[in-house]
Amino acid sequence: MTKEKIESILAGYATNKKEGLLPILQDIQAQNGYLTEEILAEVGKYLNLPANKIYGVATFYDQFRFSPCGQFHIRICRGTSCHLFGSSTYLERLETGLKVKAGHVSRDKKVSIEITSCMGACESAPVIRVNDEYHTHVTEEGLKALIQSIKEKTK
Amino acid sequence: MGSVTSNDTREFLVEKILKNYSNIFDKATSERLALIRRHKVEQPVLYIGTGTCGLIAGADKTLEAVKNYLSQRNLQAEIVRVGCLGLCSAEPLLDVQMPGKARVSFHKATEDKVEGLLNSVFHHSLDPEAVLGQMTHESQEEWPNIPVVSQLPYFSMQQRIILQNAGIISPYLIDDYIANGGYKSLYKTVLNYTSDKVCELVDQSELRGRGGGGYPTGKKWQVTLNTGSDQKYLICNADESDPGAFMNRAIIEGDPHRVLEGIAIASYAIGANNAYIYLRSDYTQSLAILEYAINQAKQYGFLGNNIFGSGFNLNIFIRQGAGAFVCGEETAMIASIEGRRGMPQAKPPYPAEKGLFGHPTIVNNVETLANIPTIIEHGPLWFKSVGTRESKGTKIFSLAGKSTHTGFIEIPMGITIAEIVHSIAGGVKNGKRLKAIQLGGPSGVCIPASNTETAIGYETLQDIDASIGLGGLIILDEDTCMVNLAKYFMGFLQKESCGKCIPCREGTRRMLQILDEVTRRPKEESSHETLERFKGVVELESLARVIRDTSLCGLGQNAPNPVLSSLKWFRDEFEEHIFDRKCQAGMCHDLRTFFIDASVCNGCNICLRKCPEGAIIGSVKMPHFIIESKCTGCGLCFDSCKFNAIYYK
Repeated sequence: MTKEKIESILAGYATNKKEGLLPILQDIQAQNGYLTEEILAEVGKYLNLPANKIYGVATFYDQFRFSPCGQFHIRICRGTSCHLFGSSTYLERLETGLKVKAGHVSRDKKVSIEITSCMGACESAPVIRVNDEYHTHVTEEGLKALIQSIKEKTK
Repeated sequence: MGSVTSNDTREFLVEKILKNYSNIFDKATSERLALIRRHKVEQPVLYIGTGTCGLIAGADKTLEAVKNYLSQRNLQAEIVRVGCLGLCSAEPLLDVQMPGKARVSFHKATEDKVEGLLNSVFHHSLDPEAVLGQMTHESQEEWPNIPVVSQLPYFSMQQRIILQNAGIISPYLIDDYIANGGYKSLYKTVLNYTSDKVCELVDQSELRGRGGGGYPTGKKWQVTLNTGSDQKYLICNADESDPGAFMNRAIIEGDPHRVLEGIAIASYAIGANNAYIYLRSDYTQSLAILEYAINQAKQYGFLGNNIFGSGFNLNIFIRQGAGAFVCGEETAMIASIEGRRGMPQAKPPYPAEKGLFGHPTIVNNVETLANIPTIIEHGPLWFKSVGTRESKGTKIFSLAGKSTHTGFIEIPMGITIAEIVHSIAGGVKNGKRLKAIQLGGPSGVCIPASNTETAIGYETLQDIDASIGLGGLIILDEDTCMVNLAKYFMGFLQKESCGKCIPCREGTRRMLQILDEVTRRPKEESSHETLERFKGVVELESLARVIRDTSLCGLGQNAPNPVLSSLKWFRDEFEEHIFDRKCQAGMCHDLRTFFIDASVCNGCNICLRKCPEGAIIGSVKMPHFIIESKCTGCGLCFDSCKFNAIYYK
């Protein structure tokens, strides 16, 4: 992300006002996909806050990422309902099948897995979201097919 | 998005409907109102449930299919996007209202079914299988042999006050809300009542906070009103982070203006000119709807400066949460809005006296605020007539888990849990036996099937050591392992512990470790390790008590609840895991014992090669065998068998 772009986002917020920190970081992440040290430093200068404080806040919240998502960003719901329908097994299957650990990106930067606490679609449990596409009522076979299709697309 | 209404309609609604207290209209007004309310329609109207649950079930594709159908046939029809009706397991829902006919609702209307469904309704011959029911009105002709939605078992026991509009009107049209009596209470409040009076009315209604605490709302407001300060704040808590709870989202996506009206009245009551809505970050759909609704309300003059010429100003800001469970706690939420880590603070001082930016602040849940317009409209006595002696009004629950129907329901306090499970939710899926109910999210409790005759209410539930919490109700069948579930919740809470106080930070981690050990079967365990494991288990209960008594905030204090309640009601299941190392339900994977069905196994040798422990023996083309004492239950053989010859107990 260029410095100009960060500045254009920051211009929408009042300087020196700490309360704008989370919205600023959310805005930047929405456009850039993730946060970097340079971005935190820029934001720090603008809000007159030490960068380490900002880093402390950003790492406290699950929403902020410090590395880009993969081309296929898989979000698996680990809510209670999905858990009852076996999402823990499916998470293991995804991790071993695609060789990526949850919360990480594969070496070729093509696949990443993220755990979400609840997507609020408990009636469709278990739910897996790949980029913007939802896979509901996931079964063993369905997951196998999903893993296979992702593997083929990332070859 | 909603269509732009003419100034004429707006003036009509505001002057003739909103400002008319009596609700008695002349003929011309009634007729015009019937058109806006869509009781009388001149062209077919198609309603599609596009709440988050609907979208995940494929409502956006249904919407596209509907648009294609209409344009291909050159048909004129109005398409209305509505919120969720509450029966999420029937999504996507497509309702059609033909002129003069009752609105008929199709369930599971996926894109491939749209053509058939619309053909059937346009040719006036419905397939009863595809129909959920019809919503009747006295001025409309009913469809023959189609059940009425409000008489379906799922809906008949509900009393929908907050959710009266959810799934019926469009969240994108403020006119729909005004036509159904919306913003009337705000008008009445700012022009006729003092702040004192509003607090008094809410206090008289005996409304209690719906976010889990259950503190009387009116009392809380009075504290803030009586605290001198140049600035006061209202925060609407919409950070619904409990996994398996989605009723706040349902209110926002179904009827956003009700929430805004509640916020406006509450702000007026405590003397706040700025209000924040702290919305969970994952709720992108809710965010879009709220932003749209706030803009509309501003255009109509219901928010902003000098509301209804009363001199009362109010600005509403939306703050997105950033994915921290602990931010549902009010002091942590305040810290988060201020731009700090969402860590709770010791109380007192309570936020009602010293909160956001050091000013008196009221934090109310979405559902609490959504109750306010009705209390003002019908009066505290009417509100008190609903519910039980101690708990007034209704409560929204989200039903999830192993029930036949899932979704969210609004029931009057006093209904028993058994009624919810068996009558409303349609019992347990696939005819299985009910084992327990999990109430109140990760820091809630389990209620065994034997205790489900308990009525819903703050006091009645307290008698069995439970609490309503936010209102997540998860139905567990006989295939659920309570130890595994306790471990799951503990894992969640341990991850979400903010780390400020030691009992919660270290205690939850230790409890998770102990539960982990209970659900594992190490290959080799020395006698020392066995002793440690038993010691841990013995200490589980006392550790839970210490965490409960010494943690700083609600998250920590309630963190041991799932373990304590499971231990109380399902102690035998824990003992089975510890002593017999068995999990009846089969959910604890490490405790599974695998067997090979000799009649199916063809001796392909794959499992033998995969087994890391060398626990499988057998020669090629001969049935294999698993040595139980060597098996660690990893399940690799089970996953690799192509002939389904391996099973577990």
